[in-house]
Amino acid sequence: MKGEIVVETRGLSMHFGGVVAVDQVDFNLRENELRCLIGPNGAGKSTFFKCLTGQLKPTFGDVVIRDLNVNRAHSHEIAGLGVGIKTQVPNVFEGLSVQENIWLAARRFHPAARARSLVEETLDRVRLTDIRREVVNELSHGQRQWVELGMVISAEPWLVLLDEPAAGMTHDEVLLTAELIREINKTASLIVVEHDMQFIRMIADKVTVFHRGAILIEDTMDVVAADPMVREVYLGHRKK
Amino acid sequence: MNHARENSWLILIGIVGAIFLIGAPQVLELFTIINLTTAIAMALLALSLGLVWGFGGILCFGQSTFFGIGAYAYVVAAINFGGTSWAVVVAILVAAAFAAVLGYFMFYGRVSDVYLGVITLTVSLIFYNLMRRTSGPEYKIGDALLGGFNGINAPPLNVPGDASWILFPEDVFYVAMAALIIGYFGCVWLVRSHFGRVAVAIRENELRAELIGYDVRLQKLILFAVGGGIAGAAGVLFANGVGRVTPDVFNLYNAALIIIWVIVGGRGTLIGPILGAFGLFYLISSLGQQTSINNNLVLGVILVVFVLLVPKGIVPSVIDLWDRKRGRRGQFRRHGRRQRRRGGRTAETSHEG
Repeated sequence: MKGEIVVETRGLSMHFGGVVAVDQVDFNLRENELRCLIGPNGAGKSTFFKCLTGQLKPTFGDVVIRDLNVNRAHSHEIAGLGVGIKTQVPNVFEGLSVQENIWLAARRFHPAARARSLVEETLDRVRLTDIRREVVNELSHGQRQWVELGMVISAEPWLVLLDEPAAGMTHDEVLLTAELIREINKTASLIVVEHDMQFIRMIADKVTVFHRGAILIEDTMDVVAADPMVREVYLGHRKK
Repeated sequence: MNHARENSWLILIGIVGAIFLIGAPQVLELFTIINLTTAIAMALLALSLGLVWGFGGILCFGQSTFFGIGAYAYVVAAINFGGTSWAVVVAILVAAAFAAVLGYFMFYGRVSDVYLGVITLTVSLIFYNLMRRTSGPEYKIGDALLGGFNGINAPPLNVPGDASWILFPEDVFYVAMAALIIGYFGCVWLVRSHFGRVAVAIRENELRAELIGYDVRLQKLILFAVGGGIAGAAGVLFANGVGRVTPDVFNLYNAALIIIWVIVGGRGTLIGPILGAFGLFYLISSLGQQTSINNNLVLGVILVVFVLLVPKGIVPSVIDLWDRKRGRRGQFRRHGRRQRRRGGRTAETSHEG
């Protein structure tokens, strides 16, 4: 087993009126782990993700990040702990240049000089140096996703939470993103919510499958993919 | 717009401002100078909304609240203190503090943009109605009678520290123009600072700003308070220009006018609102001298025309136009140079061959 537990949820539940989106989830993430969360539509992955990032306040249960209960914390406080967050729909500063976007993230927790060098470094890592002065809303979808990834990594987080980082990307872009995520994993623990099974195969180490708001199974990709229950959940019942 | 070009514009603006500051009292009549002081107060007010709305994305429909509070606070403090030196400071601080309190409830209560507009406008109208009802002798703060509908006479500025040395209207003009220049360059500095760049980021995407670790509520609160303070300073100048403060500073007409200045001048620039305020101020005062067309009708038409045809406002549109022309001309010039060079080379090779 790898290092200490960095993210833990205990009996985490999220109710929307009468709908139970997340139902008593106990989840652990250890240091330097790369964990993928998968599951069919409406399984509660994104809701779970939003509870972790402070965008939703859980109805019951606790979210603990490095021994700190962050149940009632705001997103900016969670980010302040050194957590990098990428949302499902790309959230970028549309009217600003690529480098301004990344500078804003880098400058938040670093002094001016360090932030400048971090911007250079990050632009290089996400391969956007050539278009650093372009305004973000004129870029392609994949490039905007990278701008957002760049914002996440430029703050030098130790924990990275990504919601569908490869959504809407071309095949080549997906390959680069997978590479980037493995690289991030050298210095940070990661939770990646993803739909795309191919993409998960490229990066996954251990996979957690969500179904109807609860964890169905948690194991390596090969075991999960072979599991009859998972197949049933993904493909629906096939009774003869 | 890149920084180098922006800097050359700033130098130009600074020079024009300084010439205006020194030159205007030499060539203009006293009446015009006094009138100009009021126009400058309006320009400073427009600047404050240009900062809060154009850069922070906070559509405050009641910027007149802080303007009026600044004006009243200045007059009341000046009467009570027997001098204006501290009254100016008090006015700016009271206006900023009120903006901070109001902002606290709106930003920490996560009031949405539309309701923010409604709330700020309502607060201004509440002050309007409140101050109109303060006409009896029982309504006074210290020695200052609030005077209800008629308002209070504003004591003119004095030299700091010497209450008996009262400034002449020309001198008040110098103070006002200097305040506008300082306010403008102060805002330029602010929007270029880390704080200002974060304010713009929040305007662009609040959630993202939060996710990279900025406390959006606090950032907005501070910007709003700074805008309130500048509006308060504008109120002080206004009280000096007009010589009297009445509840009309809070009325709906003024509240709407500020928005129109900023829309016409251009959001997202700082010089735009200032020019918008000057332009419309003089347009309205020249229209005031005739009776064939209704003032408000003209204002309404201007607003509609701008919203429909020049939605970005004058200054950003001029910049765009300039860029496009320049860009195209530059492209042709570069293309031409390349063609000539290529032409020369082929001529040379053929000559050798």
